[in-house]
Amino acid sequence: MPEAREYASMRLEDVVLPPEDDMGIPSEDEDDDIEEIQSETGFGSVIVVDNLPVVPPGKHEKLVTVVRKIYGQIGTIREGGLWMPVDQATKNTKGYAFVEFCSAQEADAAMAQTDGYKLDKSHVFKVNKFDEFDKFIKVPDAYTAPAVKDYNAKANLWSWMMDERGRDQFAIRFGDDTELYWNDPARRCSEEVYRRSFWTESYVQWSPMGSMLTTVHRQGVAVWGGVGWQRLARFDHPGVQLVDFSPCEKYLITASTQEPSNPRDSATVLVKMFNVRAGQVARVFEGPLSDFVHEGVSGLPWPLFKWAGGCDDKYFARMSKNQISVYSTPDMALLDKKSVKVEGVADFNWCPTAPILSIYQPETGNQPARISLLQIPSRIELRQKNLFSVSEVKMYWQSEGEYLAVRVDKYTKTKKSTYSGFELFRVKERECPMEVLELESKTDKIVAVSWEPNGTRFAIIHGDGHRPDLTFYTMSNKQGRVGKVGTLKGKSVNALYWSPTGKNIVLAGLKSMNGQLEFFNVDEFEVLASAEHFMCTDVDWDPTGRYCVTSVSSQHQMENGFNVWSFNGKLLYKLSRDRFFQFLWRPRLPSLLSEEQEADIVKNLRTYSKKYEVQDDELAKEQNQTNQAGRQALLDEYRAWQREAHAILESQREEREALIGHIPEEEDVDMEEVDIEEIIDITEEIISM
Amino acid sequence: MRPILAKGHERPLTYIKFNREGDIFFSCAKDHHPTLWYTDSGERIGTYLGHNGAVWSCDVTRDTRRLITASADTTFKLWDVQSGKELYSLDFEGPARYTCFSTGEQMCLLTTDAFMGHESCIRIMEMNWEDDSMRRVQDIYGHQGRITRAVWGPLNKTIISTGEDRTIRQWDVETGKELMCIEDAHKKTIQDLEVSLDGTQFITGSLDRTAKLWDIFTLEEKKCYTTERPLNAVAISPLLDHILVGGGQDAAAVTTSSAQAGGFEAMFIHKIYEEYLGGVKGHFGPINALAISPDGRSFVSGGEDGFIRVHHFDADYFQMK
Repeated sequence: MPEAREYASMRLEDVVLPPEDDMGIPSEDEDDDIEEIQSETGFGSVIVVDNLPVVPPGKHEKLVTVVRKIYGQIGTIREGGLWMPVDQATKNTKGYAFVEFCSAQEADAAMAQTDGYKLDKSHVFKVNKFDEFDKFIKVPDAYTAPAVKDYNAKANLWSWMMDERGRDQFAIRFGDDTELYWNDPARRCSEEVYRRSFWTESYVQWSPMGSMLTTVHRQGVAVWGGVGWQRLARFDHPGVQLVDFSPCEKYLITASTQEPSNPRDSATVLVKMFNVRAGQVARVFEGPLSDFVHEGVSGLPWPLFKWAGGCDDKYFARMSKNQISVYSTPDMALLDKKSVKVEGVADFNWCPTAPILSIYQPETGNQPARISLLQIPSRIELRQKNLFSVSEVKMYWQSEGEYLAVRVDKYTKTKKSTYSGFELFRVKERECPMEVLELESKTDKIVAVSWEPNGTRFAIIHGDGHRPDLTFYTMSNKQGRVGKVGTLKGKSVNALYWSPTGKNIVLAGLKSMNGQLEFFNVDEFEVLASAEHFMCTDVDWDPTGRYCVTSVSSQHQMENGFNVWSFNGKLLYKLSRDRFFQFLWRPRLPSLLSEEQEADIVKNLRTYSKKYEVQDDELAKEQNQTNQAGRQALLDEYRAWQREAHAILESQREEREALIGHIPEEEDVDMEEVDIEEIIDITEEIISM
Repeated sequence: MRPILAKGHERPLTYIKFNREGDIFFSCAKDHHPTLWYTDSGERIGTYLGHNGAVWSCDVTRDTRRLITASADTTFKLWDVQSGKELYSLDFEGPARYTCFSTGEQMCLLTTDAFMGHESCIRIMEMNWEDDSMRRVQDIYGHQGRITRAVWGPLNKTIISTGEDRTIRQWDVETGKELMCIEDAHKKTIQDLEVSLDGTQFITGSLDRTAKLWDIFTLEEKKCYTTERPLNAVAISPLLDHILVGGGQDAAAVTTSSAQAGGFEAMFIHKIYEEYLGGVKGHFGPINALAISPDGRSFVSGGEDGFIRVHHFDADYFQMK
């Protein structure tokens, strides 16, 4: 027990709590103290500059001035924070210096900017953080070879492609669950492959070739695959929001935007590029949001990096102010160490099958708007076109990269309204010839443009109001030029979905148009079927173009779920799921068949299809039998229950009749049909013959 | 099938009840006047004037002589069906919600909502048909929140009730004690309960978008019917193995979408296979009340839109497999 003291004679300042024990009373200024001590003793803001010239005492002052000047530009050097040690014996400097900044951020910046700085030919700065020296000291002097890890066979990621009946898989996400299914149209149902609750914290995404499913978590991104859906790799990126793959799924790109703690600061963006197979970071891009977004755009554009097509993930590019930066893999470095200068660039796209960039620069002052095609890596301009009084330009590549359609909205002479036309580039032909296409009624607004995959046609929705027109054009009419195929007038359609194999297209009136669907064959120019999936929000063709799925996602409160249709608009089956978020077909690998082999199959389709027709019939029969059996079982069960229930009822009959008492249980009612004839009026009339 | 539109109420419908023969039916609505109709023609026979609040439900005697109604004006009233005369009125502390005669009609149960400190309650009354009055026998307390439905079990020995608390409870009529409570019978408020005509099963419908079929003796869940809309009303066909469910998007949210989005059709579902059979569109607000005639050849729906739609099935409905 401490002895008692008189309160009045005690000075509060003298009260000292035992060290390491605050008696459970946190002190208000304690936290501040700790922070300050750390910054003073932690050396987080100290850098060590090596490879300085060794100078005699007379030149000390001059060298210090030079170093101070270099680092004074980057950050504020703490008072007395620059120290250059001197050799006691020779009185010369030792060739290195310590610089302490006011903050660790400044030190980081100084290190990044001056590491490798050439003071002169023989003195190239080598800059390290003071804290890192500890780490370097710990490196053992003797080399020990790293242990060779055992070879772990990776799961077969392509097993789903081996399905005997050539079915496709899809993933759905609803509520907290993610489920994977086989689409089994022959049996009019879907077969579950895998399901898991809370698999992802925001969404799932297939890799572009379908081998992996990506889940997004607070800590980063994970990819899953193989028969058992085991985790293949984890990619660390706290707070990740956006995910993208390179087309051959060699690289994974993740991005997050960090809102600043101080609203006056800019939000910072962190983009990580991972090598998917190695699971390692290939490159990191970091900086304030303003470095990544174009003026007047809010939020990070995604995909931030666009990948060149048809060249095995060799090039990727992003647009920033007045330039397009093209990077090459695997070193992830800027191609030829410099960006492509493009004054005022507003949009760019890659050709889907070749490393060709299409670039749009808007009109500025008396400079016309410009569309150009640039070959990478040679940076040769293949074609360019100048345009005047342009309000907006949109570029659409055909899937094989043969054609580029550029939609141009121009101002009318009064500058009050705009009208649209197309500039069409034949990219694969010599000299890249170009054609101009004008709409028949110039004032029509263009709602949507869509190329036929692997084809020469494109469809546009044009017109105003609830029933716009739909026109198909082809790039090769009889004269080998652009021509109209046909127009469908007054369709309630606002979105176009071509089958991935071309020929068929779904004309959809989504959302405000209540989910009107029309399955259209463009070859025959006829409607295959009209249908409706009420309030439908999405349409997705399976990768083979045989089936089409329409879904209602949770932006609507009710009737969430999806319908599966055949390509010709026959409803095959439906599945409803509350709080439905995503429907994703698993992409397929490109076909291994050569063009001749494919042509052969088309030619002999009858002989090939026979086998499958028989199979389908059998399956349908089998399914029918199982359904029948299931129904019979249900019926038997119900009847057994009802027999029991009626037995109880019968046993209670007397009691019940007693309750009802005066009213007999089964009243016999005599029904009698009575014909009543009533003469209302009789009038006599003499008819003259 | 051509429906007959019966427009006699100015406010949303709340309840529809056929008499035993099914030749006439009674409708209750939030306007204050229960109404009597011919089933065949949809012609209005008359109204029962006297209530001073929304009428929530009603029941009619086997001989179609007496009608009892429950109203938000806190009263239950007994009426002479033919003359429309008010014979007896009983006042409580809270709004009257549901009422139902026992087998044999010697007793009657009434439910009242929780109000101003009074708990929601099931009240068992004894009928005195000599002078058309009632005597209080037993009060049963126990449900959390509103009691939506309460019906007599086999031989009037038990009472089965449902409520906002998502439970189905079984009570002993003699003692008023709770015999059984099925917690989480549904995931949301149970809106409707109807006993089949043969008295072996009953069906419940809930805002959780499902309807369930139960064994009335064991209170075992036998079937579950999932739909995409909140359900307000359910009915069992006495003729075919079909059930009829209706409901739709909450009335407060209706104006935000088109009529079709609300799911305001009456849906037929196969009772045994739990398969969707078809729907009858027409209402432009949620369906609040459904009733199938005792012969199973007609049904009547009442909506938030204030319309009653009387449907007589076509011949092909009965040929349906």
